[in-house]
Amino acid sequence: MAKPTTPRASSAKAQAAAPAAGADHNRPRPETPTDYEASKEELLEFYRQMVLIRRFEEKAGQLYGLGLIGGFCHLYIGQEAVAVGIQSALKPGKDSVITGYRDHGHMLAYGIDPKVIMAELTGREAGISRGKGGSMHMFSVEHKFYGGHGIVGAQVSLGAGLGFAHKYNDDGGVCVAYFGDGAANQGQVYEAFNMAELWKLPIIFVIENNQYAMGTSVNRASSEDQLYRRGESFRIPGLQVNGMDVLAVRGATEEALKWVQGGNGPILLEMKTYRYRGHSMSDPAKYRSREEVQSMRDNSDPIEGVKKYLIEAGVSEDEIKVIDQDIRKTVSEAADFAETSPEPDMAELYTDVLVEQY
Amino acid sequence: MGIAIKMPALSPTMEEGTLAKWLVKEGDEVKSGDILAEIETDKATMEFEAVDEGKIGKIMVAEGTEGVKVGTVIAEMAGEGGEAAAPKAEESAPPAAPQAAPDAPRKAESGTAKLAAEVKATVQDPAIPEGTEFVKTTVREALRDAMAEEMRKDERVFVMGEEVAEYQGAYKVTQGLLDEFGPRRVIDTPITEYGFAGVGTGAAMGGLRPVIEFMTFNFAMQAIDHIINSAAKTNYMSGGQMRCPIVFRGPNGAASRVGAQHSQNYGPWYASVPGLIVIAPYDAADAKGLMKAAIRSEDPVVFLENELVYGRSFDVPKLDDYVLPIGKARIMKLGKDVTLVSYSIGVGVALEAAETLAGEGIDAEVIDLRTLRPLDTDTVLESLKKTNRIVVVEEGWPTCSIASEIAAVVMEKGFDDLDAPVLRVTNEDVPLPYAANLEKAALIDAARVVEAAKKVCYK
Repeated sequence: MAKPTTPRASSAKAQAAAPAAGADHNRPRPETPTDYEASKEELLEFYRQMVLIRRFEEKAGQLYGLGLIGGFCHLYIGQEAVAVGIQSALKPGKDSVITGYRDHGHMLAYGIDPKVIMAELTGREAGISRGKGGSMHMFSVEHKFYGGHGIVGAQVSLGAGLGFAHKYNDDGGVCVAYFGDGAANQGQVYEAFNMAELWKLPIIFVIENNQYAMGTSVNRASSEDQLYRRGESFRIPGLQVNGMDVLAVRGATEEALKWVQGGNGPILLEMKTYRYRGHSMSDPAKYRSREEVQSMRDNSDPIEGVKKYLIEAGVSEDEIKVIDQDIRKTVSEAADFAETSPEPDMAELYTDVLVEQY
Repeated sequence: MGIAIKMPALSPTMEEGTLAKWLVKEGDEVKSGDILAEIETDKATMEFEAVDEGKIGKIMVAEGTEGVKVGTVIAEMAGEGGEAAAPKAEESAPPAAPQAAPDAPRKAESGTAKLAAEVKATVQDPAIPEGTEFVKTTVREALRDAMAEEMRKDERVFVMGEEVAEYQGAYKVTQGLLDEFGPRRVIDTPITEYGFAGVGTGAAMGGLRPVIEFMTFNFAMQAIDHIINSAAKTNYMSGGQMRCPIVFRGPNGAASRVGAQHSQNYGPWYASVPGLIVIAPYDAADAKGLMKAAIRSEDPVVFLENELVYGRSFDVPKLDDYVLPIGKARIMKLGKDVTLVSYSIGVGVALEAAETLAGEGIDAEVIDLRTLRPLDTDTVLESLKKTNRIVVVEEGWPTCSIASEIAAVVMEKGFDDLDAPVLRVTNEDVPLPYAANLEKAALIDAARVVEAAKKVCYK
C-alpha cells in the first residue's frame, strides 16, 4: 500500500514526464534539470533562510500552544527547501507568487519581515493584514506576494489570472502558483491548467507533494499519484523534483523559468517533500507512524542537507553557529514584537470592507 | 535558569486537557521534535513535541492529571548550555516596557483611507444639461457602449467569458467588441466558470480591470467561491492592501420557459455579502451609467442584468461620459399614496401597476433601487414619510429576499411612518416550472402589485 515517501535519492534529482504513448513525440520538452551550482554565499543564504523558516515555525507552534495564535495554523517545517529554492530564482517585484494556507515559509523566503508575519499570526494591528487576515490570509502586493488563500485550490485559478496579467501587460514576469497534493485533486486546478496552456500563460505550477492531504495519503486520494504527470493531458510538461534538496529545487526552477520565459506556456513542478508537523496545529497525526516522520528527519532533512554542502564548501561549524544564533535572535524579536504589539483598534472592524465610499 | 514547559493549546477551542502520559522523565535530554507527552484535548489525543533542546528538569504535573488549564507550567527544562539565549516565550510575557521606537508597530495606511472621500451626502445623478439629445437605445446596446467606452479609456479593462468574442456574445451584449479591441482584450473562454472566474479575479489582484461575463448567473454558482471568497473578502483580509476591482456581469432572473435551473434571481444572495457591490439596473440609461461606474470602481461588483429587458429600448442621454453613482436609488415616478419599491425587471412591473392604480385614484410612487448593495435605504424611508405605505416588488423568491430586507429596514427605521404593514409581491416560493401556465402563475405581475397596493391603502 505505502508508496515510498522518500524522494528518489538518485543522482538525477529530477525526472521529466515521458510522453505518453500516442502523444506528439515531436513536442518540445524541457530539459532534465541539473542541481544548481550554488556559490558559497548562495549556500549560506539558502541555509539562513531555511533555518529562519524552521525556527519561525517552531516559534509559531510554541505561541499557538500558549494561546497567542488562534484558529488554524499550518506549519511549513520540513518543506523549507521548496520555497527557498524556488523563491531564490525569482525576481522580487517582477515575478508574482501565490499559495494556499501554508504560507509563512513562502513569505519569509520572499524577504517579507518576520515581525509583521508573526504579528499577523497573533492578530495584532502591526500584522501584515492589520490583524484581519490571520495565518491563512496574508498578502504583500509590494512584494507581489498575492496570498495566502484558505480555499484549497483557489490559488491555482487565481495564479493563472496573475499569469494572465503578466502576459497582458507584457511585463516579462512569471507567476509561481504553489499548491499541495490535496489541492491537485480539485477540479478548478484543471480548468486553470487548460486555460494556462491554451493561452500560453507565463506560470509555473508547483505541487508541493508533502504526501498527505490533511490525513489522506496521496495514493489513497489520487488515481495518478505521480503528480508531475497531471498536466500531460493539457500538454503541460511536468518535472518531478527532490523537494528536500534546495539545489535540486533551484535547478528545476531555473529550467522551468527558461521554459516559461521562452514563451512555451506553463510548466508543472512536482516537489516531493514532507511535512514533519501535523496538517494544522490541531492534527493528532495518527495516519502515519512516528518512525516514518523520524526517518525523514534523519535521512532527508533539507537543512541538514545544506549544512553538509556548506561544510563541503569549507564553512566552519562556528560560522554556522553564528547564523543559527542570529536567526534565533531574529525570531525571538519577531515573537516579542508579535506578543507586545497592540490588538487592532476597534474602529478597524469596519474599515477595508470596501475601498470606496458609495 | 530553566524554560517553563506549559500546557499547550492544541486546538482552536481547547481551554484545558488531560495530561495523559509523560514520554520523558526528569533528567532526559531532548531535542526539538521529540515527543514529551500525550495530551488529551477536547477532540483527540495529541502528541506534544519539544520545541527547544535541553534537559528535562522537574516535572510539575503528574501524568493522569485531568483538567489541566492551558498555560499551566507542567515541567521545567534546563536550557542549551546557557550560551546562545534560546527563545523563551515567558521572557517576554510581562512586557517590561513599551516597544522601543524602531520596533513600534507600524501604523499601516489603510487602503480605504486613501480613496475615501466624504462623498455620500452629495451623491446624485449627474445633471443632464438642457438641450441634451436622448437616443433610443436598447439595454443590450447600452451595456455594450458602456464597456466599449471604458475600454477606450482604460487599457487595463478587458472582457472575458464564454462566447463573448467571435460569437459576439450569447445574448449579443458584447457585439462588436472583438472587432474594435481585438482578441487580447476580448477573450473567449472554454466552458469553465469556476476557472475563468478565478482567472479574472487573479488578474484583478494583479492590477487589471476584468469584466467577466457569465452567460447567465445560473452558471456563476459554479464560480461563486471566487466571487465571494476570493474577490469580496480580499480587501478586508489584507487590511486594505490588496484590491480586487472586477465586474462579474450577465443575465439574472427568470428568462422565458427555460425551466428551474436557468431561472433564478441571485440578487439577495450576493447582496448579503459584505465586500461586494451589487447592481441590478432596469432601464438602458441606468445600465450604461452604472456599468461605467462598476468598471471604474475599486471594489468587486456583481452586475445583474435581465435577459427579458435586453431588447427593450429607453432614452439614453447622448453625453460623452455618462456615469451614475453606485448606491443611489432612483425615483421613477413621483406619487403620494403608496411607495412601490423594486429593481431590475420588477421596476417595469411596478410602473405598469402604478399606471393601473392611477386610473383607480391611487397615486403610487415608484422607486428603482438600482443598487442592491449598498442599499439606498434613505430614499425608501424618505418616500415612506410621504406615502406611509410600502409594497416591495421583486422578481425572485420571497424568503430572505431584498423585499424581506426592505421590510426589516422599514420596521427598524420607519416604524412610526407606517400606516399599514409592508407587503411583498414576489415570485411563488417554488422552483420555476416549465409549463407556460404554471410559469406565469409563479412570476410576479402588475395585477398582484395593484392588489397589494390597494390592500395597504385599505381600498
